[in-house]
This record gives sequence, C-alpha cells and structure tokens, in this order.
Amino acid sequence: MEYLIHLGILFAIYTILGVSLNLVVGYTGLLSVTQAAFYGIGAYATAILLTQTGIGFFTSMILGVILAMSISFLIGLVLSRFRDDYYALASLGFNVIVFSIFLNWQDLTRGPLGIPGISKPDLRFFNYDFSFSSNFSYLILTIIFAVLIYLVSKFIVNSSFGRVLKAIREDEKAIQVFGYNTLYYKLAIFVISAGMASVAGSLFASYITFVDPSSFYLMESVFILTIIILGGLANLRGAVLGALIMILLPEILRFVGFPSDIAAQMRQVVYGLILILLMLYRPKGFLGEYEI
Amino acid sequence: MKNEILLQLKNISVHYGGVKALDGVDVALDEGEIVALMGPNGAGKSTVLKALFGLAPIQAGKILWHEDSIEPIPHEIIQKGIAFVPQGRRVFTHLTVEENLEIGGFIVQDKKELKRRINEVMEMFPVLKQKRNAKSGTLSGGQQQMLALARGLMTDPKVLLLDEPSLGLAPKIVKEVFAKIKEINQNRKTAIMIVEHNIKSVLNIADRAYVLDKGKVVAQNTAKNITDSNILEKVFMGKMK
Repeated sequence: MEYLIHLGILFAIYTILGVSLNLVVGYTGLLSVTQAAFYGIGAYATAILLTQTGIGFFTSMILGVILAMSISFLIGLVLSRFRDDYYALASLGFNVIVFSIFLNWQDLTRGPLGIPGISKPDLRFFNYDFSFSSNFSYLILTIIFAVLIYLVSKFIVNSSFGRVLKAIREDEKAIQVFGYNTLYYKLAIFVISAGMASVAGSLFASYITFVDPSSFYLMESVFILTIIILGGLANLRGAVLGALIMILLPEILRFVGFPSDIAAQMRQVVYGLILILLMLYRPKGFLGEYEI
Repeated sequence: MKNEILLQLKNISVHYGGVKALDGVDVALDEGEIVALMGPNGAGKSTVLKALFGLAPIQAGKILWHEDSIEPIPHEIIQKGIAFVPQGRRVFTHLTVEENLEIGGFIVQDKKELKRRINEVMEMFPVLKQKRNAKSGTLSGGQQQMLALARGLMTDPKVLLLDEPSLGLAPKIVKEVFAKIKEINQNRKTAIMIVEHNIKSVLNIADRAYVLDKGKVVAQNTAKNITDSNILEKVFMGKMK
C-alpha cells in the first residue's frame, strides 16, 4: 500500500509539473526546456527555509513561488528575444545555469551534499492541528494541490487570455496585427507556469525530506516535456495521462523479467523505444490537439 | 466635392538590409473610396501595408492620419480606426469562428459591445453565423477569407487594408469575396486599400489605383484610366524604363 501511495504522490507532483508546462509549450507554443529549474527553485526554497529558519511549510512554499516567479520573469524577458528552436536552446541554457547554481553555491545549497532533514508540513487552522507526516495524508495534500493547479489552468485556458495564448501559438505575427502585445502574454504565462512548478518543488522537497541538485538536472526538464508530448500538447487531461504513464511505465517494466545486471539499462531502452514509436505513429500524443 | 484625405503615406522608404523594398512612396486614401495597389511580385505593394502597421522598418517618410503624423505601432493604428487583413487569411485554425472574431475585437473593452459587434458582422456574413462554433480550420478557403474580412471589421474601422484577399481561391469564390468587399465599402462607408494580383477583379471595384514597380509608384489614376492605359502591360512585361 505504501508503494502505491508513493506512486500516487509522485503522480500528483508530476501532474502539477506537466499541467504547468503544458500552458507554456502546448497552449502558447513556446518550447521551454527549463521547467526543472523552477521545480528546483521551489524545492530549494522550501528546503532552506524549513531547515534554517523557523517558518512553516506553507509560508516557504509561498516564498518559493514568489522567488521562482521573479526569476522566471527575468528569464522570460531574455527568452522573449528567441523563437522556435533557439527558444528551446536558450531555455535549456537557463536550466543548466540554475543547476550549476544549485551545485556550486555551497554556502546556501550545500552543493552535491544536498540538504537533508526537511520536515513534513503541519497546518494549524483555528484550534485544529493537521499534520501531514504520514504518507497517506501527504498524498491527500499533493492531490489537493494538483487539483487546484489543474482547475486554475483550466480557467486560464478557457478564458480570453487562454484564447490569446493559442492564437500566439498559431501565428504570433497575425495576432499582433490586432494590437496585442504578445510579449506580455508570453511572459505572463511563463511566470505563472514557473510558480506552479515551484509548488511541485516544495511538495517534492518536503516529501522526500532531502534535496540535491541531481533531481533538477536537464534530464528532469526533458522528462517533464516528455510527459506532455506523450499525453498530448494543449490538453490538460493529456498532461495528467502523460504523468500517469511516465510514472507507472518504469514500475511496470520492473516486472518484465530482464536479467538483473542489465535491467535498469533495458528499462531505459524500452522506455525510449515506446516514445519513438509514439512520436512516429501518434505525434500529437494520446490526447493532444497540437504537435510541435 | 472632394472627399477628405483619411490616410497618407508620404515619401516612405523601407529597406531590408541593403535591399530597397520601398523608395519614396506616396500613397493616399480618401474617405469612403477603394484604392488598389498593383504591380508585379517584389514591387513593394504588401510592404506599403506592412510599413503602416509597423511590420516593415520605415527608414524615411511619414504616415498621416487626417493631417496628423502617426507612428506605425499596431495598437495605436488600430485605435485610430485602421484594420489590417493580412495575406493568406491567417485565421487561427484551432479557435472557433466566434473566438477568431473575439480576437479581432481586442480593443473593444466592453463585453456587451463586443458581443454586439460579433452579431453584427455575423449578420453580414451568414456563412459564419451558421458555423459560429466550428473550428475555423474546418472552414473552406473562401469561408476563411470571409472570416478574415469579418475579423477585420470587429473594430468597426474607418479604413480596411486588405493584402491579397483572392490568394489561393477559386474564381467563383474570388467573385464572392470581391462582391463582399464592395458591399463593406458601400454599406459601412469603410475606405479600403487593397493589394491584389487579380487585376481585373480589383479594378472592377476600385475607385483609384496605384501601380508600383521596384519599390516606386510608377502610375496613379482612376481605376478606369488605369484599365484603359497600357501601364499595367508595361509593368508586368518588364517594359518600364
């Protein structure tokens, strides 16, 4: 049961990451490969604040969101100068920079040693105390955040703001003709998405109780991108489905029966192969309405 | 009585790198008239419209609205009452017909007024009314062009700039599109500047025409006089000196 709860928590965290990235990549057409950086900023903000100050988890989460949004605003300003493949490359560069900061700013992050001993959240509501120290209660907490972020995202994509994002994705020059300042919209959704990813980071840090830079390397951004490409770009349910598949797939492959000395590598091969086949035969992913 | 000049481009020059796309072009549009911009490929016709909307870099010259100088910034140009329907229709295919119209009405802040305008343009384009909730990517080329025109009308413009509205359409549909353009001009008193390769169709509805070649205006006259002259033959056959 604990194993299923563990998968459920990871599924909820990656749902947040997938849904938030889908707003940028799927709905706005900006091929961002830097989501792990904002995920990491949220995680480190919570880790540092919980272990070095007396503030609570939820305050640390809010501060992490503010920090991630502020940094993403600056990154987004720079990225707005790029388009298409160059945008992807530049965003990838930012992920590498943020990773290097996690790794090398040792006074703050402890570098490769990471930060252990991150506590689980407690919540005092009037005279009632809620503790999320058990994995089951933590699952409920992550699901609540995943649902909230899903609903906020749904509201965004169905609003007139969301329609403008889709129009930017289809033809940015054409929409400028109607007087839209597309920079404002692209920047706004990038910052909102970063804030959401930061929430996932805070949840992750407190769940694992330890953070180190390896969790936020470039491959993590690629993994999140794969979630939404697999599930379907510009479809929020697609991001949820993608997260479910990508979390469950390695677990299923554990039971295939590969020899133990090559099992890990074979799982990676099968996993890559499935993705290649999907891209060949279903480039929009399972539920997507747009392909890159 | 001569109509007032609404829009003027005076001595406009546009360069792309070292290439002169426009070289001292003067073009004017009076209230309520249809003006055609014609010429061979690369003459600079579309660049005139793009320059007005800040989509082409102006090196020299000025744009006058009535008699006031204005900057080629899309938001400000639209606020003045000028709308642009770009080449190739460029409807947003993943959005519905209604959503495309909403996008076109960006500067209309009041939601009730926006709805009223959507209904108004849908009355003008019955085919769009029927397909109100259809994704615009499912419309035919002619219907998409009608949507592009309707979207251009969402700001209730005094001037409509049309870039190649017949591009890629069947002759029967081209006829319908030009009839609709004439109808817009007559019923709404919208002045129209139209860049077009389909010379016969555009001269049928235009009041005046400019002929461009190699980034310069080489002739301007009434549509009838342009039709009767051999200037178009000279320009299109490369016989201009």
